[in-house]
Amino acid sequence: MLQILFFSILSGLVFYIAYGRFLQIYKNISLGITENEKHNSITGLKNMILFALGQKKMFNKPVSGIFHLFIYLAFALTQIELLEILMDGFTGEHRIFAHALGSFYNFLINSIEILSFLAFISTFIFLYRRNILKLIRFQKPEMKGWPSLDANLILMGEILLIAGIFVMNSSDQILQNLDPQHYPSTGKLYISSFIGASLLGQFPQDWLIWLERMGWWLHLFVIYGFILYLPFSKHLHIFLAFPNAYLSNQDSRGKMSNIPVIENEARSMVGLSPKEIQDQTEIFGAADIFHLTKRTLIGAYSCTECGRCTAVCPANLTGKKLSPRKIVMDIRDRMEEISKQPKPNGECNDGKNLFDYISREEIYACTSCNACVEACPVLINPLEPILALRRYDILMNSGGPSEWMSMFNSLENTQSVWQIPETRDSWTKS
Amino acid sequence: MPIKTAAEYFSQGETFEVLFWVGCAGSYDARAQKVSRAFAEILTKAEIKFAILGNEEKCTGDPARRAGNEFLFQILALQNIETLNQYQVKKIVCTCPHCFNTIANEYPELGGKYEVMHHSQYLEELLSLGKIKVKEDRSTESVTYHDSCYLGRVNGMYEAPRQVIDHLKLEIREMKRSRQNGLCCGAGGAQMFKEDEKGEKRINEERIEDAIETQSAIVVSNCPFCMTMLQDGIKAKEKQEQMMVYDLSEMVLHKMR
Ligand code: SF4
Ligand code: SF4
Repeated sequence: MLQILFFSILSGLVFYIAYGRFLQIYKNISLGITENEKHNSITGLKNMILFALGQKKMFNKPVSGIFHLFIYLAFALTQIELLEILMDGFTGEHRIFAHALGSFYNFLINSIEILSFLAFISTFIFLYRRNILKLIRFQKPEMKGWPSLDANLILMGEILLIAGIFVMNSSDQILQNLDPQHYPSTGKLYISSFIGASLLGQFPQDWLIWLERMGWWLHLFVIYGFILYLPFSKHLHIFLAFPNAYLSNQDSRGKMSNIPVIENEARSMVGLSPKEIQDQTEIFGAADIFHLTKRTLIGAYSCTECGRCTAVCPANLTGKKLSPRKIVMDIRDRMEEISKQPKPNGECNDGKNLFDYISREEIYACTSCNACVEACPVLINPLEPILALRRYDILMNSGGPSEWMSMFNSLENTQSVWQIPETRDSWTKS
Repeated sequence: MPIKTAAEYFSQGETFEVLFWVGCAGSYDARAQKVSRAFAEILTKAEIKFAILGNEEKCTGDPARRAGNEFLFQILALQNIETLNQYQVKKIVCTCPHCFNTIANEYPELGGKYEVMHHSQYLEELLSLGKIKVKEDRSTESVTYHDSCYLGRVNGMYEAPRQVIDHLKLEIREMKRSRQNGLCCGAGGAQMFKEDEKGEKRINEERIEDAIETQSAIVVSNCPFCMTMLQDGIKAKEKQEQMMVYDLSEMVLHKMR
């Protein structure tokens, strides 16, 4: 009875705190602008199924693709076990599904065990790649400190989680023979029966009972820990990758968004009648979170910091400061900062904006090559915010590299990117 | 080479099949001018009735837009669209992937709707239809092909240019980074018109290393800016004796009967 009470209070508290935090993230994302372009929900669903559920792009790098798949599948299946754990916790039952599911239960738990085992190995491989092999993409400047710790914490959490499952199941396997009354048969569990027989066989019954509970609580604590930790971590991608893929850009990659107000200004300059427009905004491009699209903001929270984008970025590859991953991470950090500020009229008044995070040197180094867009496994588009920041700096600050100013001048004077005295058709005459 | 402008066709009450969009590089850059002439010669030989806008053509506005100068982009785009619509242009072929991308993807929203092709697509079509006939000699030559970002990753066109090379009976030695994983030449996003930010290397040098690895004597490009960048890369690596950059159309013209 005491255990049920403790469990219920703990669960209530965890879900209450997590709710508040997820609500905050929702509010942060809502700070962005809603685009009014057409979004096809069928295509959106297709993208979600292919890229979030189906992990399609993960396999562009086969090694991390396959090991990530193990962790992903183990995670997905463990949700069933989690459901049982929660129900056991609230009712004080033990393995509440065992009777109801019969032999299917055995199949289920065995699948979870095997995948968990594969996931267990994968986490070690990932730890090895990050910390000992030191893959370049995990060693960039933006990964110093928290981002690296975050990744390692998740991996260690995973190890604990899986350890919990095996401690619980393997002591349970022995207890099923000793006290079938309280420990319903799960059938033979391939991995746990092996661990049980070889490691715990000589243990007295009360130790086993204690171990089984410890495994159960360990599993539960780690899961609750994750729930509270997720919204502060890159691990949030396990949820947000889905809406992010759903909402991802469906238009041509080669199309930059139109600015109706400027279009109308240009129309009157060249003697055309203005179009009717809804969007009367006077801020062009983006200097802060409020000027970015919701899609970009969800993207920032979906980023797994894998660095696949940065690893293929030509600017980054040749030693420039630009790293698309950093841009995405900066946007997230800025959202977090804004959410801590008092906002009297919806906007943030801390006197800062995204340019305090992202330097001109970074945004002007981008060749708009779309390699980062192509590389991202969860369909984040780092190029969009880069171009939006450029727009702002050029149009609102009259900033930009001086060579571009002369390009703009010749475009204005001779309608060509170069200031050239010849006529445009002179090439036909030689 | 007599090349007629849309205005000339129009004043003679004639129509033309396609409009050849030349672009700033194709009009003014000495190396790219050669490509324009090569492409025009192919069209002439294939008896295609084509026009250029000549002095009525303006920059499409791509570099202005990517550099953030939306106002300048709009002015250029609207003026070009007006000109194109005035001559009732239906079909456009571009030798520059940036021009192609802008006219195909960005002009429609501003009222410019045309059938737009990049010359690699168009050449592929002409070769397949037999309108361009190439010499039959099976050469042992091999070339390497550089995917421009704006044709490749941006517009998903990886195969048409390769098929053209195939038609020419040339073997392609792929670089280690190609198609979706192709590496930028360093010119896009208006980078062509400014110095690089500081770094360890220039992007075109990184790219030309991929090409050098294939040990092909010829790098085939489909973009005037890639062409310049790759040529500069070759110069920086002092490989002028071993390697040359050619545009797809130059390769075709060279092999035409
Ligand atoms: S689009 Fe820009 S940020 Fe993305 S990979 Fe290319 S150069 Fe890097
Ligand atoms: S933006 Fe995408 S590719 Fe880049 S680090 Fe984040 S998840 Fe990885």
